[in-house]
Amino acid sequence: MSKLTLNALTKSIWVFHAACSPCNNCDIEILDALTPRYDLERFGILLAGSIRHADALLVTGFPNMKTAKRIKYLYDQMPKPAVVIAVGTCSCGGNMFRHSYNFVKPLDEIIPVNAYIPGCPPKPEAIIMGVVKLVKALRKGNK
Amino acid sequence: MNYIYHYLVFPGFLFTGICGMIASFIDRKITARLQWRKGPPFFQPLYDIIKLLGKETLIPEGTSRILFLLLPIISLSSVVLLGTIRGVVILWPDEPFIGDLIVSIYLMTIPAICLILAASVSKNSLASIGASREMKLLLGYEIPFILSLLVPVIKSGGKIIITEIIKYQFENVPFVFSLSGIIAFIVAIVCMQAKLGFVPFDVSEAEQEIMSGVLIEYSGPPLAIFKLTRMIMLFVYPLFLVKLFWYSRGASFLMDIIAFGLKYLAVLVIFILIKNTNPRLRVDHAIRFFWIHCTLISLVAVILALFGY
Repeated sequence: MSKLTLNALTKSIWVFHAACSPCNNCDIEILDALTPRYDLERFGILLAGSIRHADALLVTGFPNMKTAKRIKYLYDQMPKPAVVIAVGTCSCGGNMFRHSYNFVKPLDEIIPVNAYIPGCPPKPEAIIMGVVKLVKALRKGNK
Repeated sequence: MNYIYHYLVFPGFLFTGICGMIASFIDRKITARLQWRKGPPFFQPLYDIIKLLGKETLIPEGTSRILFLLLPIISLSSVVLLGTIRGVVILWPDEPFIGDLIVSIYLMTIPAICLILAASVSKNSLASIGASREMKLLLGYEIPFILSLLVPVIKSGGKIIITEIIKYQFENVPFVFSLSGIIAFIVAIVCMQAKLGFVPFDVSEAEQEIMSGVLIEYSGPPLAIFKLTRMIMLFVYPLFLVKLFWYSRGASFLMDIIAFGLKYLAVLVIFILIKNTNPRLRVDHAIRFFWIHCTLISLVAVILALFGY
């Protein structure tokens, strides 16, 4: 990946929001983070309608029998270079569903995850901080 | 050689591209300020385009690869051609081009047709919903749009050369200051809103409903070309209205350019305000609005123009 592409990528991240059987609290917090109050367009972050336009996949919830293969399929449909962000404790490690009968395996064993934002649910500020840390790490990793 | 320079650099690709990016920034910034936000940085449209150019191109299985990749380029080149013709006609008025008004009207429909075809070849059910909506909208807004463009033609005495229409406005008053002119101008602005795919008429790519509809399968460079086409349209289309309806002569050439820019900005801000204060219309409502209200009003304007008002 060239430096120009990477710099442009970190300045214009279009996110796609994949609900992977969550309890919906994390989704509400993600939508809160995208409201005018937090104004993520300052950093070039927009919500993309289609996975083909997306640069970041925000995954909420834990992968179960039904959604595990679908989240893999969704990841394959996303044009690379792209990043995956796990939002909430469920997608980071399974939370209280870890020993549930329909838990398949943690998200980062299905698709590569670039950033983890724990919390049940994480606040919009925490989500923004996670994304900013990821952007900084991406920029540093290139130099 | 001269024509290639015009097409690629000065009134053509490079110039309209830069101005289109600035227009797109103004659009996003004003939208942000209206929503009490800070808004994106100045180079945001450029970052978006560069990022999309660096991404992977995914082509859906079983589509025509050539058509899928060619359609964005046709759409961009027609819009750039439009900008070039207008620029050359304005800056070098001694090379008239008979019928450039008609050529411009045809060139302005090509991006919409390319979008319809692009959605149809991408083999996606949501994209085909978007394509059918775009087609219905195209049928809806073309009639009142062409009727309202008849008004400057009639008022200037049957001229179909843009330079002649402008010259007529130099010698007399601009058409917006007459009754038929202002009615036609308003109808043309509303139709242009649909041509640009702005909010009351953006059913074809309703993001919350059919997930950006027509463009759903596009990614990487082809998507960047479609986005760039949109930006250039945002620069070229309002300019066309300003030239046809609201062109007056100032004290000097510099004053003319400044006044022209300010008028363009005023029309652009009207578009953005309409976009931000209206909810999305359903496609049948939009067609009824265009076929009944807009067509009748523009007919009234044409009749008034024929009687000299």
